[in-house]
Amino acid sequence: MIPVAFDYVRATSVDDAVRLLREHGDDAKLLAGGHSLIPMMKLRLATPATLIDISGIPQLNTVAVNGGRITIGALTTHAALAASDALRASAPVLWDAANQLGDPQVRNRGTIGGASAHGDPAADYPAALLALDATFTIAGAGGERQIGAGDFFRGMFETALASTDVLTAIAFDAAPASAYVKFHHPASHYAVVGAAAVLTMNGGTIGAARIALSGIGDAAFRAGSVESALTQVDTADSAAVRAACAGAAAGSEARSDTFASGAYRAAMADVFAARAVALAAGRTKTRR
Amino acid sequence: MAFTAMVGARIRRREDPRLITGRATYTDDVRLVGTVYAAFVRSPYAHAKIRSVDLGPALAHPAVVAAYSGHDLHHAHGLKTSLPVAHKMPDLLTPPHYLLAFDEVRVVGEAVAIVIAKTQYAARDAAELVEVAYDELPVVVDPLLAMVGPPYVHESLGTNVAFRMPLRAGDPDRAFAEADEIIKQRIVNQRLAPVPIEPRSMISSWDEGMQQLTLYSATQIPHLLRTQLSIVLGLPENHIRTIAPEVGGGFGAKLNVYAEEAVIGWASMQLERPVKYVETRSECFQAMIHGRDQVDDLEIACTKDGTITGLRLRIVGNLGAYHQLLTPVVPTLTLLMALGCYRIANLDAEVVGVFTNTMSTDAYRGAGRPEATFFIERAIDMVAQRLGLDPVEVRRKNFIASTSFPHTMPTGLTYDSGDYETTMDKALKIVDYAGLRARQAALRKEGRYLGIGLSTYVEVCGMGPSAAMAAGGWDSATIRIEPTGSITVLTGISPHGQGQETTFAQIVADELGVPIDHVSIIHGDTDKVQYGIGTFGSRGTAVGGAALKLAIETIQAKAITIAAHQWEANPDDLEYREGKIGVKGDPSKSMTTAEAGFLAFMGDHLPPGLEPGLDATRRFEPPNFVFPFGTHVCVVEVDARTGEVKVEKYLAVDDCGPLINPMIVEGQVHGGIAQGMAQALFEEVVYDERGQLITGTLMDYAIPHAEQLPHFQLDHTVTPTTVNPLGIKGVGEAGTIGSTPAVVNAVIDALAPFGVVHIDMPLRPEKLWSAMHGASNGVTR
Ligand SMILES: Cc1cc2nc3c(=O)[nH]c(=O)nc-3n(C[C@H](O)[C@H](O)[C@H](O)COP(=O)(O)OP(=O)(O)OC[C@H]3O[C@@H](n4cnc5c(N)ncnc54)[C@H](O)[C@@H]3O)c2cc1C
Repeated sequence: MIPVAFDYVRATSVDDAVRLLREHGDDAKLLAGGHSLIPMMKLRLATPATLIDISGIPQLNTVAVNGGRITIGALTTHAALAASDALRASAPVLWDAANQLGDPQVRNRGTIGGASAHGDPAADYPAALLALDATFTIAGAGGERQIGAGDFFRGMFETALASTDVLTAIAFDAAPASAYVKFHHPASHYAVVGAAAVLTMNGGTIGAARIALSGIGDAAFRAGSVESALTQVDTADSAAVRAACAGAAAGSEARSDTFASGAYRAAMADVFAARAVALAAGRTKTRR
Repeated sequence: MAFTAMVGARIRRREDPRLITGRATYTDDVRLVGTVYAAFVRSPYAHAKIRSVDLGPALAHPAVVAAYSGHDLHHAHGLKTSLPVAHKMPDLLTPPHYLLAFDEVRVVGEAVAIVIAKTQYAARDAAELVEVAYDELPVVVDPLLAMVGPPYVHESLGTNVAFRMPLRAGDPDRAFAEADEIIKQRIVNQRLAPVPIEPRSMISSWDEGMQQLTLYSATQIPHLLRTQLSIVLGLPENHIRTIAPEVGGGFGAKLNVYAEEAVIGWASMQLERPVKYVETRSECFQAMIHGRDQVDDLEIACTKDGTITGLRLRIVGNLGAYHQLLTPVVPTLTLLMALGCYRIANLDAEVVGVFTNTMSTDAYRGAGRPEATFFIERAIDMVAQRLGLDPVEVRRKNFIASTSFPHTMPTGLTYDSGDYETTMDKALKIVDYAGLRARQAALRKEGRYLGIGLSTYVEVCGMGPSAAMAAGGWDSATIRIEPTGSITVLTGISPHGQGQETTFAQIVADELGVPIDHVSIIHGDTDKVQYGIGTFGSRGTAVGGAALKLAIETIQAKAITIAAHQWEANPDDLEYREGKIGVKGDPSKSMTTAEAGFLAFMGDHLPPGLEPGLDATRRFEPPNFVFPFGTHVCVVEVDARTGEVKVEKYLAVDDCGPLINPMIVEGQVHGGIAQGMAQALFEEVVYDERGQLITGTLMDYAIPHAEQLPHFQLDHTVTPTTVNPLGIKGVGEAGTIGSTPAVVNAVIDALAPFGVVHIDMPLRPEKLWSAMHGASNGVTR
């Protein structure tokens, strides 16, 4: 488990990181928590010539709640999110994901920015961030821009980030009726299926739903047909919730591996989507 | 034992402080001046001719010190190029197993060259520069296909069948002709990777002046390794020192002689520099031995009342591409234990050992016995299911009675002692079996699937009588009373987690009457310790501890002679009482072992003719194996929507005879259950049809995590053995052996409403979910 030789530089600011990325070209990689990049380097699946360490850049590791809007710095660790009461109250879907991600060591080092930028199809946050309809703030060669979650996650290890881009922040509106549930892979503990639900409730019935799934296809995706089927469903009627969640993975080509076939993954998408909806709906009740 | 202050007590392991605080010295912690580092070039193909190996680009790397190909080693002076296999099977095919492949590779990960550099980073970089040209050959990974090959793993053999071993007893044909029911089932015991936390690690140094080789290796068998290195390297055995420093998990995978150990030793001789090699986790998955991997075809004959009258059995053992040290022996152990703890008089069985283009299988925790226990315990449940009987009653009906020990089995083994029913009844009482069954019935009405599984195992360990072993089954102990009264024990076993530094000290403290802190247990260094066989087959205490007991007796006898002379008494009138020498019937006088030892050291107050010094070396040759047993009960709930298994309750009632340190016994059982449960639910090594290893990282290969395991409730019964003077049986593997069938029986029991009879391991959620949704593929109904 020994990577090839590489150079190492530290970026002092976001602008500095962008400059260094331009200077070192395609052979450079940003290093945040290192918990996706370094394992790949140790297996020699990634061989960057230069690592640009952004972990010391100040002000990128904050969770700010401003009215109904939450903004999370890209360098915020999973552990910080998992311990954030503000996040738990305002967007439990992301809090759930942070708490179920990896193990304590991984949570202590890994960052939400790195996890998003990595584009792992079995990662937890993408489902939560899609369901939250989050906005990604990106600093790049042409200045700063913003991209919606629906355009950010593009495919397997593929995002909207260009090679000279730095993801700086992720923002979304508060969503107290939300939840993320996960079918853990027994070895990797990544999501075999991860289901995120963000609900707008009218009393006991669902006014609007955003449902997103991770782990199933090449990238996380929104389950549009389920979202419309869920509107007006009474969440006390668990059979109705389950029926609405049927075919959750229809919009995606489900992957097969030694642990789970595509067909099983797709079937589990329905089950976990329904569980996420039930958990999210339950949270509105306790809060009112 | 006379005095039991320490023995039987839950003493904390003396090993643990150094392990927990990071102060233990593992092989990779050994730093020798001038060390260079090795990396191996390994085959990416499962079967190929090697056309050429070009070391040039690697040798051109500025930090590279040397590089050798298989060809270089094959023609090296004095080097025996094939690795040993220990067996007593007259007809076994033993194709050569070269230290480095030079003409052909037969498994992914087989080493073809070694590159040695000044840093481990450079070694790894330079290894990638070696250019090897291969011509791919046809591959076979499925042992059932390989059995009827071609393609052949070793073309020159003209077969993939390395051996066949039949075993017949009684009149099986009649038993089957007269049976009320015959149940047929194929049971696959999947391949597992041992995954010790410490991978294979070694550092070798060569002293040219002394012509002395020193090899530190993470091994379970320092002496046997030395012997084999001597043969392979052509060095006198007394010019080799092997040291097993702290070893971070073995599970049988380090009970071997690996090509890498010999190559590193040889390279250090060529370079006259220390050479270190610590394999990567990926290499550990590829090139450390694997375990299990059998296809077991069973036919069970029984009568309506649940009496099992006959067993037909074919065991196909997937040996892998080559024999490692004990590769062919493992499936034969399955055959020997095929009848479990049951009175089955008629047996028609055969083991077939088959080569395939996969890593060698060999001893992995339980080694052959978990496979036997698995299928016989599954068979009992199938009989119960077919006949509509309670699996408890089928067991009870077929148990060997506690009154009939020692009990000679149709397989030829003689079980030493046992009381299977008492252990089972104790377990049933603890779990409230009737209550569990009632709860199961109630939950089923709610559409919830609770399953209750039993395993009443017996296993063979304390390996073993020399007559039954390929290389000595005895072990040794030396005790030295030092002049100031501290006691040094040199044990021939090589503990690596089993806790004998503590348990042996407990025994000595009691028997020789010293504070436990005055006893130190030395092991794992062939220059310090007399020859010993090592630690495997749950033999450490049953054989090594028995040797210690003999040495204690010798020390006590001599100490008594010394005291008798001092007191002008007749030695026959003296005895050891509570660790001290005293006069029979007279509590007023006593002498400590330390005092006797001091007299022995001073030498001037000894009886005429008695040698000075108080020490003893003894060896114990076990007259038989020992046969620990027990009952494990597992309760699971299977989630009907996902097929996920939740283990609700786990109870193990084990019987390994008297407990020297219950806490250490429990630790052994805990680890064993974890590994056995992991086989049932999680673990499987998968090669694709081209022989590529699919589960080659910890992201794919699921070893158990603490949060996936339930609380283990433990209890025991105590049935001593007469095989050794301590009356104890081994417990290192029992947990692994007993647990796997208990878990699987519980899951299959949960799925009984779906008509499920058998599903092969690991019981991944998808398999169970499919079975509950009517799938026929991979499900026996
Ligand atoms: C044992 C283990 C278990 C894990 N389990 C899970 C799990 O269950 N669920 C899950 O979702 N994840 C899991 N992970 C992955 C974990 O979440 C990682 O921490 C995360 O994916 C990467 O974050 P990082 O900060 O470590 O990024 P790094 O590894 O430093 O970087 C990852 C990639 O993102 C790029 N990058 C990093 N930061 C930025 C940025 N601000 N802008 C642009 N590009 C950037 C890097 O250049 C690199 O390409 C696990 C990891 C490990 C090692």
